[in-house]
Amino acid sequence: MAIRVQAEDFDVGAEYAAFTVGRTSVGGVAMFVGLVRDIAGGAAVSAMTLEHYPGMTEKQLEAIGEEARRRWPLDDVLVIHRYGRLEPGDRIVMVATASAHRDAAFESCRFLMDWLKTKAPFWKLEATPEGERWVEAKETDDAAAARWAE
Amino acid sequence: MKILYFAWLRSKIGVPTETVELPTEVSTAGDLVEWLKTRSPRHAEALANSKLVKVAVNQEHVPYDHPISATDEIALFPPVTGG
Repeated sequence: MAIRVQAEDFDVGAEYAAFTVGRTSVGGVAMFVGLVRDIAGGAAVSAMTLEHYPGMTEKQLEAIGEEARRRWPLDDVLVIHRYGRLEPGDRIVMVATASAHRDAAFESCRFLMDWLKTKAPFWKLEATPEGERWVEAKETDDAAAARWAE
Repeated sequence: MKILYFAWLRSKIGVPTETVELPTEVSTAGDLVEWLKTRSPRHAEALANSKLVKVAVNQEHVPYDHPISATDEIALFPPVTGG
């Protein structure tokens, strides 16, 4: 399992290649890549700055990854999350899961994103024509995470 | 005790961290939030809506009834919005 919290961009193709190289027991990989949108809540977004809590971020992402591995038979998990200033179209986050079968890969990938959105300590500050504003947490994100309650 | 603030809690309170001497009656995360409100008008305004004030103790999310002690690393922040 690899967890990376970084300011730098990542290359999705290179990450996929490194994730699967030499792994002949893997039958499928599910990946999600989150991007910065240029519109949010009806307002144009020219940039977004992601703040995080160094230390806790890595700790929470590790715990979420371990929970996914406990719930599904996974060969590996990759989570990359960026922080700092990003612009529309930039990659924010990548999650990849590898398993012998597709159901485990698909489900655990969605689980990781749903839990990450409600547990990993990141906060988004959007730049709009009316000034900067902190993004508010969505109830739909809480509902998405609650789906995975055991 | 060292307290860390993030996102708009940090900007409203005006500092990223502060070190405080806890009174003995402050024994839970919820007690701490209530007590911090009395430190200044900025604290009172930033911490007014407890639904928007989350607490982590030693980098774990905790409910307001979680006990705290002077050696803990405490952080206060709004609901997270990553991903």
